[in-house]
Amino acid sequence: MVLPKNLLKSREGQLVLITIVFYVAVGIASPSFLSFESMDSIITDTAILMIMACAQMMVILTRGIDLTVAANIALSGMVSALIAMHLPGTPLILVMSAAVLTGLVLGMFNAVLIALLGIPSIVVSLGAMAIYRGMVFVLSGGQWVNSQEMPASFTSFPLARVFGISNLAVIGLIICVLAVLMMRYTRFGRELYAIGGNPDATSYVGINIKKRLFAVYTITGLLGGLCGYLWVARYAIAYTEIALNFELLTVASCVIGGVGIAGGTGTVLGAVLGALFLGVLQNALPVMGISPFWQMAVSGTAILVAVIVNSRGKRQKGLQILRVSQ
Amino acid sequence: MNSVNSAASGGSQPILEVRNIVKDFPGVRALDGVQLRLKSGEVCALLGENGAGKSTLVKILTGVYQPTEGEIVMDGRPLSLESAQDAWDHGITAIHQETIMFSELSVAENIFMGHHLTGKFSLVNWQGMYDETDKLLKRLGITDFDPQTPIKELSVAQKHLVEVAKALSHDARVLIMDEPTASLSQKEVDELFVIVRRLRDEGTAILFISHRFDDIFAISDSFVVFRDGAFVGDGLLKEAKEEDLIKMMAGREVKTSANTRTSVSDEVVLQVDDLCHATEFEHISFSLHRGEILGFYGLVGSGRSELMHAIFGLTAPLSGQMIFEGSVFTPKSPEDAITQGLVYVPEDRQHCGAILDMSIGDNITLPSLQSITGGLKLNWKKESSFARKYASKLKVKAHSLAQKVVELSGGNQQKVVIGKWLGTGPKVIILDEPTKGIDVGAKAMVHQFINELVESGLSVIIVSSELPEVLGLSDRIVVMREGLMRATLNAKETSQEEIVAFATGLK
Repeated sequence: MVLPKNLLKSREGQLVLITIVFYVAVGIASPSFLSFESMDSIITDTAILMIMACAQMMVILTRGIDLTVAANIALSGMVSALIAMHLPGTPLILVMSAAVLTGLVLGMFNAVLIALLGIPSIVVSLGAMAIYRGMVFVLSGGQWVNSQEMPASFTSFPLARVFGISNLAVIGLIICVLAVLMMRYTRFGRELYAIGGNPDATSYVGINIKKRLFAVYTITGLLGGLCGYLWVARYAIAYTEIALNFELLTVASCVIGGVGIAGGTGTVLGAVLGALFLGVLQNALPVMGISPFWQMAVSGTAILVAVIVNSRGKRQKGLQILRVSQ
Repeated sequence: MNSVNSAASGGSQPILEVRNIVKDFPGVRALDGVQLRLKSGEVCALLGENGAGKSTLVKILTGVYQPTEGEIVMDGRPLSLESAQDAWDHGITAIHQETIMFSELSVAENIFMGHHLTGKFSLVNWQGMYDETDKLLKRLGITDFDPQTPIKELSVAQKHLVEVAKALSHDARVLIMDEPTASLSQKEVDELFVIVRRLRDEGTAILFISHRFDDIFAISDSFVVFRDGAFVGDGLLKEAKEEDLIKMMAGREVKTSANTRTSVSDEVVLQVDDLCHATEFEHISFSLHRGEILGFYGLVGSGRSELMHAIFGLTAPLSGQMIFEGSVFTPKSPEDAITQGLVYVPEDRQHCGAILDMSIGDNITLPSLQSITGGLKLNWKKESSFARKYASKLKVKAHSLAQKVVELSGGNQQKVVIGKWLGTGPKVIILDEPTKGIDVGAKAMVHQFINELVESGLSVIIVSSELPEVLGLSDRIVVMREGLMRATLNAKETSQEEIVAFATGLK
């Protein structure tokens, strides 16, 4: 019983346990919640949050915050919807690329201000968030693009199934796995931990912090663009207010997942599990007959509990001189 | 409860007495029955290596921690200190190692933080605070700043003086000074000691904690030694010898470094010609030989660290040129300097050296990740053996390689910081205050290690404010004052007095 014990010491293990217990408890009350369909829809519904939680995790890890992720989704989503509406013959891959490219440009705009000019991320992203939302309005003229105006190929992709799993879920899982690999097994990931842990010491080590942060915000923008298409196509509607306040959910996922808001600590897996927890919560409340408005309060409580738990540090005792292993 | 009047070691009754204090933390006993007597008008030095329990005792005396067992007796009555406020109310104040101050606020606001003077309607009485602060500064003989000066404009030494003033504002009868001289130059230390002696003569009992023996012998009347949380001994300082104290602290004999090196070659590794900076230094020229330790001594603010920053590529010099290993060297960034084989271990361990939240292993491999991993994917196995090699070379004391650096003692943190640079295979290593605030044992180990480095063919530049260290380690010593080189001295032919004379401008 060594393994479970260690597992439960980590935030990831605790989250898995809490999520499962909660899921089963709700399932006992309403058994339909435990069905494969229900599970499938939770993953599909949460895929976008999982992707953006990975991105936000990198940002928070490096002592930043990106509040533009939701506005980015709205803007790049609108760009893809408008292309699909006005040029219905455009291949889907080009439409998606347009969204990704839009997101990339927005991310680079943030990156120039935050990474190169050194302006605090909260200020930049707060301003940029309003600009991006405004641009959605300008582009669309305040009009909605609804499902009748979108080609079937555009809207059907996210929920189309490969081996019985929706494309959305597949993309979400692939990106989460890539993010875990990148943060855990590459030099870039390790360096981001170092930057978050102590930027001064990191620069003395000869790591170019500006370049790394530039990459972080650009990648976040790129993923925002991808999610922009996925969001608009999944819900078959594009308008100025889509994904409103979604940026806060990405931050919440990270905090619940044990990512230290001061930077330098946390894992991608934690952030993804945090997103999944919020997804289960979001799906469970209607099943339990609780108003969706309560969801805000409940997820807010989850965040506060997570922060309180985060603040309780653990220390190991008993020092010895490290020796070369024989 | 009547106190059991134990036979005091001669003379007057102590103001404050610590009796058999035990402090347990989960899993570890930090203090194991320590004792201490502080008398009015006496400076008592508390000696011990890092981890000896000095800081824990300070925290108990200032009400931050409560002892598990034992008692604190003040004026013959047992005392219970439940909070920092309690300690202040009894006239016990401490000046901490790393001054914690509010840099945007004024001197007066810092002094009265937590006990603001209030007037009508409980509003803050600004004029009263300024007047009181002015009185305190006058009492200490301070004239170079006033109560309204923002803290951020003060030097480290001046900040310490503000801390002293703050202690006085609490009517301190017992003043604890935790490493007050660690970041001060000799001149500043002398100035601080004038004030300490003044307080002592006014009847304050002073507990003085320091790693610098020169300072301990200069200021203290008596001493107490702790080791591994236990009381080892006490006595009068004038009857003690440095070697004996070191033996008591370490429990073994620590050899003070003596320079018997023969590794210096004629080959010049780094040649600096007339290097000038816009504001910090001018006309710096020196050469560093293979296998040589070149010491840089100067008062704080003499431009030593700024010069090293320019050599390391952190700042750009205005003019001048450097030749490293035979070719022109113009590092644009630390990255540049490191890849060419010149590394810099910065002074401020906590802020610029270690990444505290990362593990020992990750800290050590960080600068060398590229060479360890080669490709995109990290190689954990190679990393681990790499980190282990350097951690064990420096005898880092830790739970495991995975332990976070924040949990280590200062000396061990410094070992990790030095260890990480060795891995990059440097040709020149610049050490800025490498033993600041670390204990005697760790210090000797670092010194021995520096000697090993030059014997293996490296060249070392060491910047230090500790004269015995510079003198003991270096082959030659460059003395700087106000951004200029004042002298280049051969360590074997010079003396502490001569170096100080150049550094202070007497010569």
